[in-house]
Amino acid sequence: MLSNFGNLLLFLNIILGFTLIYSAFRCLKLTESIIPKKIYQISALQSTLIIICFFTLIAAFIVSDFSLITVYQNSHTLKPTFYKIAGTWGNHEGSLLLWVVILIIFSFLFLIFTREHPKQFRIITLIIQNILIIGFLFFILFNSNPFSILSPISKEGLGLNPILQDPALAIHPPLLYIGFVGSSIYFSAAMASLITNYSQNSFAQSIKNWVLISWSFQSLGILVGSIWAYYELGWGGFWFWDPVENVSLLPWFAMTALFHSLIVFEKRGLFYFWVITLCLLTFILSVTGTFLVRSGILNSVHTFASDPARGIYILLFLCLMIFSSIYLLFKKYKKKDYDLNPNSKETFILVNNWFMMFYLITILLGTIYPIFTDVLTKNKISVGPPFYNIVILPFVTIFLLFMAIAPKVKWIKARFENLKNYIFILAGSLLINFLIIFLFKSYSILSNLIIISALFLIISSSFDAIKSYRDKKIDFAQIVSHASFGFLVLFIGLNDNFSIEKDYNIKLGEIKNFDNYTLKLQNLELKNFPNYKTVIGELEISNKETSIKDILKPEIRIYENPKTLTYEAAIKTNILKDYYITMSNIDRSDYYNIKFQKKPLMIWIWISTIMIVFGGLIRLFKNAKNN
Amino acid sequence: MQRIIKIIVPAIILFIMGVFFISLNKDVNYRTNSLIGKKIPNISLEYFNENKFYQKDIFKKSNYTLINFWASWCAPCRAEHPFLIKLSKEKNLKLLGINFKDKKKQAKIFLDNFGNPYDFLAKDEQGKHSIIFGTYGIPESILVNKNLIILKKFVGPLSTNDFNSIIEIIN
Amino acid sequence: MKFILVLITVLFNFSLLCGTEKTIDQNTIHKNLRCLVCQGQSIADSNSDFAQTVKLVIKDLIKEGKTEEEIYSFMADKYGEWIVFKPQLNQHNFLLWFLPYLALILGGVIIFLIIKRKRNL
Repeated sequence: MLSNFGNLLLFLNIILGFTLIYSAFRCLKLTESIIPKKIYQISALQSTLIIICFFTLIAAFIVSDFSLITVYQNSHTLKPTFYKIAGTWGNHEGSLLLWVVILIIFSFLFLIFTREHPKQFRIITLIIQNILIIGFLFFILFNSNPFSILSPISKEGLGLNPILQDPALAIHPPLLYIGFVGSSIYFSAAMASLITNYSQNSFAQSIKNWVLISWSFQSLGILVGSIWAYYELGWGGFWFWDPVENVSLLPWFAMTALFHSLIVFEKRGLFYFWVITLCLLTFILSVTGTFLVRSGILNSVHTFASDPARGIYILLFLCLMIFSSIYLLFKKYKKKDYDLNPNSKETFILVNNWFMMFYLITILLGTIYPIFTDVLTKNKISVGPPFYNIVILPFVTIFLLFMAIAPKVKWIKARFENLKNYIFILAGSLLINFLIIFLFKSYSILSNLIIISALFLIISSSFDAIKSYRDKKIDFAQIVSHASFGFLVLFIGLNDNFSIEKDYNIKLGEIKNFDNYTLKLQNLELKNFPNYKTVIGELEISNKETSIKDILKPEIRIYENPKTLTYEAAIKTNILKDYYITMSNIDRSDYYNIKFQKKPLMIWIWISTIMIVFGGLIRLFKNAKNN
Repeated sequence: MQRIIKIIVPAIILFIMGVFFISLNKDVNYRTNSLIGKKIPNISLEYFNENKFYQKDIFKKSNYTLINFWASWCAPCRAEHPFLIKLSKEKNLKLLGINFKDKKKQAKIFLDNFGNPYDFLAKDEQGKHSIIFGTYGIPESILVNKNLIILKKFVGPLSTNDFNSIIEIIN
Repeated sequence: MKFILVLITVLFNFSLLCGTEKTIDQNTIHKNLRCLVCQGQSIADSNSDFAQTVKLVIKDLIKEGKTEEEIYSFMADKYGEWIVFKPQLNQHNFLLWFLPYLALILGGVIIFLIIKRKRNL
């Protein structure tokens, strides 16, 4: 019953999509500059129906309706309700439905929030967005339908992988999708802007809040994914340069370059083609990412189950998007003579774009290069953290320095007035860096450079904050985000250099000594829970200097439905550091393998990232208020 | 300049899409073929029973040698064992068994119960030799010829097809 | 002011001189090798039997005095380039290492040209 209802709603939505496009075309021919009510109504109806459709799927998961293949494959009656709901979007078909929900809602919201903009522009945005919507709806209906039926109906589902049952991972897809699916609306707007020649500064107004919203949610989505990886995956890291991680990061660079370019475009009308290209690039990268992840051509820790047919459809869709974008771009491109002064905010933002593109190209290359070597030379290679660190890290130094200086540079033409201040700030950074080395330990030359530049950015932003408070010209959004980025790099740099990692094979009752610490496997306990059995290890870690003892309890868990073995890390967090322990058994012996890690300042890494997003939200709030 | 860009950019995109399309139909699973065609590394395998060591020259004693990594605790090893017994009867082929991360007593019981097909028996208690031969699990078998060249690798228990292909090669 | 500049020079040079030497680190090597029986994990992070064995072999190789690069070559020779996370610099992977820098330089050149255009007026 739920299946039929869901299918009906999907089908209705396709019809509505076509109706909307038809009405939109008709509206184009009318001379009034107001969009008829009918179009708003169809769009509202479309949104309502797709939301009901999505809730129908959620309902199917909650009641464990195993007649639906998707529910059968991804759920189980014993799952807690919260995870039953999260299971809705934790699979390929359900997540595609969520994708469409966001496409449709954003289409409607854009319509109602852009009343001051030219009718042609809004209508064509609507048309293009609905072409995307219909494309995805067809894909769902014919290839990846969450409402497809399984017969005969099973009494129990296959269950959801236990490592996916985590609150962070539950909200990770919705956050991320508002990010990169949200970018669809400014993709459509950019196409519309090209087609209708809407290239005045006001165009920036129509999309800037959407860019900010999608950027903020993309950042949060990435953050939450990293938090999940840290707490759940058991290796103590939060970023592995895994293809799926990279794929979520690529649109982020385009978005960041985009909203900085929008600042220039809005203020001075320059960089129109940068803005357009970045709008198109962001969503293209999103769909490319989805293709890479769902088609199965990338080997990664967290791919969805793969199916080549899916891949072909998405690839064709992607080709269509890319070639129509390129065609329009080439057709409408007009060469602009910029007249840029090297010492001007415009130039610095151009430099920012340059760096963003460098990071983007490097990560894109690293991610897809193995596909090329595999196809062209039959040789399989891996591109992992060492590649990205070697290529990108050296340039982060200069980038941080630019981030510190650029916000203060004036528009059009600036003078070298702040040089003295910068020298003082540099001295301060070097002093603090020196103190760190002196009090703790030294690190590589590259780390020195990065930490010094991060400190430079932080101190510089702090002075900016004080100055702007005094002058009453408060631009907190920029200061908060830039400073937090500096903090993020600083904390990651310190965390990376001062972490301790030890790997031991240890027996019950045994003690290991290292640095200032003593590690003892005190106890092993077997426990039974409703859906899993566990071996809990009790480890005591004592700090010889401070005599503080901590007890951590990592686990080895054996789940049924589906039958999985997981290793639960024991993590003790405080303001200064995390202790991180994982335990695994060694086959055919009574030794256990214990990995102990001390990770300084971990929680500050998460906090810095949240603060970066907070800066974006401050700007968004200010924009909304000014409207 | 603009015309060049207008040609190059679409061409590059087409190329990338083409590669993606081809890779859709490829097998993602990795097979370690890197050692095929190469020579056996210098080895020093400890005898199972004695404190002596096998060196490279044992491979010259027969036209073909099948190196087989096995252990008493490994269920698929038991499944492929009958094939090994059959192969031990081949004239052109000698079998080198490497007992992997096992206890001597258990291994002996296994061979007593199921038969000992091995012309040469070695042990690899820590498993380090398996890495030198480029294996990553057991059972795994490697077919080499008199000239110490690695001809074929079989990951997992020998299947009927594998058995047949071995017979074909050695004859 | 001069004092500050001198301080900067001194501190900067001191920090760099303190830069730690690169000694062979087992953990770094473990992190750079892929666990072939796991999905995307490194030898350092993996709990598998295969990872344990590889760690033993690496220990021996370090004792023998092999350098980091030699160890990677050894493993790549046995298992193919796929086992090493850092792409080796050879004719296949040359583009991978080269293109990012090319993009960076190209971008820089374009910006330079854009700015220069103004100067010519």
